[in-house]
Amino acid sequence: MPSYVNPEKCDGCKALDKTACQHICPNDLMVLNADIMKAYKRDPAMCWECYNCVKICPTQAVEVRGYADFVPLGASVTCMRSTDAIMWTLKFRNGTLKRFKFPIRTTPEGTAVPNGGWEVSNDDLNGPALFTEPASLGLSEVAKL
Amino acid sequence: MKVADFETVEVRTDLLIVGGGMAACGAAVEAAYWAKKHNLTVTLVDKAAVDRSGAVAMGLSAINQYVGLKDGENTLEDYVRYVKNDLMGITREDLVANIARHVDSSVHLFEKWGLPIWTDEEGKYVHEGRWQLMINGESYKVVVAEAAKNAIGLDNIYERIFIVGPLMEGNRCAGAIGFSVRENKFYVFKAKATLVAMGGAVHVFKPRSSGEGLGRAWYPPWNSGSSAYFTIQAGAEMTCQEVRFIPVRFKDAYGPVGAWFLLFKSRRRTHSVRTTWRPAGLSWRTGSLMERSNRFRPTSAIT
Ligand SMILES: Cc1cc2nc3c(=O)[nH]c(=O)nc-3n(C[C@H](O)[C@H](O)[C@H](O)COP(=O)(O)OP(=O)(O)OC[C@H]3O[C@@H](n4cnc5c(N)ncnc54)[C@H](O)[C@@H]3O)c2cc1C
Ligand code: SF4
Ligand code: SF4
Repeated sequence: MPSYVNPEKCDGCKALDKTACQHICPNDLMVLNADIMKAYKRDPAMCWECYNCVKICPTQAVEVRGYADFVPLGASVTCMRSTDAIMWTLKFRNGTLKRFKFPIRTTPEGTAVPNGGWEVSNDDLNGPALFTEPASLGLSEVAKL
Repeated sequence: MKVADFETVEVRTDLLIVGGGMAACGAAVEAAYWAKKHNLTVTLVDKAAVDRSGAVAMGLSAINQYVGLKDGENTLEDYVRYVKNDLMGITREDLVANIARHVDSSVHLFEKWGLPIWTDEEGKYVHEGRWQLMINGESYKVVVAEAAKNAIGLDNIYERIFIVGPLMEGNRCAGAIGFSVRENKFYVFKAKATLVAMGGAVHVFKPRSSGEGLGRAWYPPWNSGSSAYFTIQAGAEMTCQEVRFIPVRFKDAYGPVGAWFLLFKSRRRTHSVRTTWRPAGLSWRTGSLMERSNRFRPTSAIT
């Protein structure tokens, strides 16, 4: 299901300090046409359909469609991602609507503590244990063959 | 034609991590601890935004390697045997064992950082297959990148810089060179040690798919062989290059990803290797994973 920008909804992220879709695309495919303040995907063949542009767009202007060569058109998929959950809305061609909501993380945004909260006192850089080990392994020592 | 005026930016650091994917973020977390003890700096550079870069940019639905050492589910020997068998004996057992003895602690860290791992009524991880755990992994990469950012600090992370090769001092790799994909800037990273993790290589062979299917490879189109190029140029020893993984694409699925394998109960074959890597999160043994009871299913399915 390739993504595409609906120019009617895209406002070029004019209220933000950077263009969201352009910031996030792992393959750097999204480009802002500053003349008309609309974004577009510069090379659909190199798009992985990772949907990061879809999820990040503040105006939900990036939509997805079926493959033109074998999927009948008319269905749609949209999503809303919040700080702790994502909700997908599927619209079938016959009008049926389904929604699925999934948790995306269990901790508040920004709070990932590198050592995971384990007591860390590892001093031996040359030993086999990573810095949170063996506590984070739940073992008394790192396993050996 | 006006020639762009390129500025050259020099960045000096102790440890340079090239790439910002899962491996690089993990390395940043680990390195930050030791660097702090020894007053060293760690710098990470990625051509994309680390929140959503690499093969986990889209999120994943499973963790494909969990050994379960703490609960005695498997031993290191079991895992090495499994990999060896899966790869028809062509494997470096020392490397496999070394990854296997540390992977559980990484998984435990992911959980602490906020990755929702499915658990059953007793709080045990839900398995889909012997080595797989089920997750709600839409934000897997976001969570892991967050730990890396918190570990080395945003000032030490360079995004949207495309690395083109190693900086060599005779036979020693002294860093990396690249350019910004946003500004007219060349970057020269000078480092005491350089760790490379820019992913694998996609599109090595021309896909047979055409039309809308072109470019829809199983592996991300942005992992374009930079690790291999960089490390070969730098004179690193290459190992485990014998195995190729060539997933098929057919209607509605690309290789191991997608629900349709389950319905077909198919097994994939590559040219040289039979792989039993299942489609993420699905198993042909047990049928629908949705039948199982666990903590992190879709919280609501509204029709
Ligand atoms: C579709 C798919 C599904 C998968 N499903 C699962 C699963 O369910 N469970 C599981 O355990 N594993 C799964 N995997 C495997 C897992 O995603 C990878 O093993 C893991 O991401 C590898 O991490 P890495 O750091 O080596 O590479 P990546 O995470 O891919 O990171 C590579 C990084 O290098 C950067 N980079 C590349 N080139 C350059 C350059 N020239 N200059 C600067 N930066 C560059 C990229 O931007 C990226 O940040 C899946 C993989 C795929 C493709
Ligand atoms: S779906 Fe992913 S790869 Fe395609 S344009 Fe959007 S962010 Fe880029
Ligand atoms: S994120 Fe959305 S609104 Fe912003 S430029 Fe991209 S498509 Fe337009």
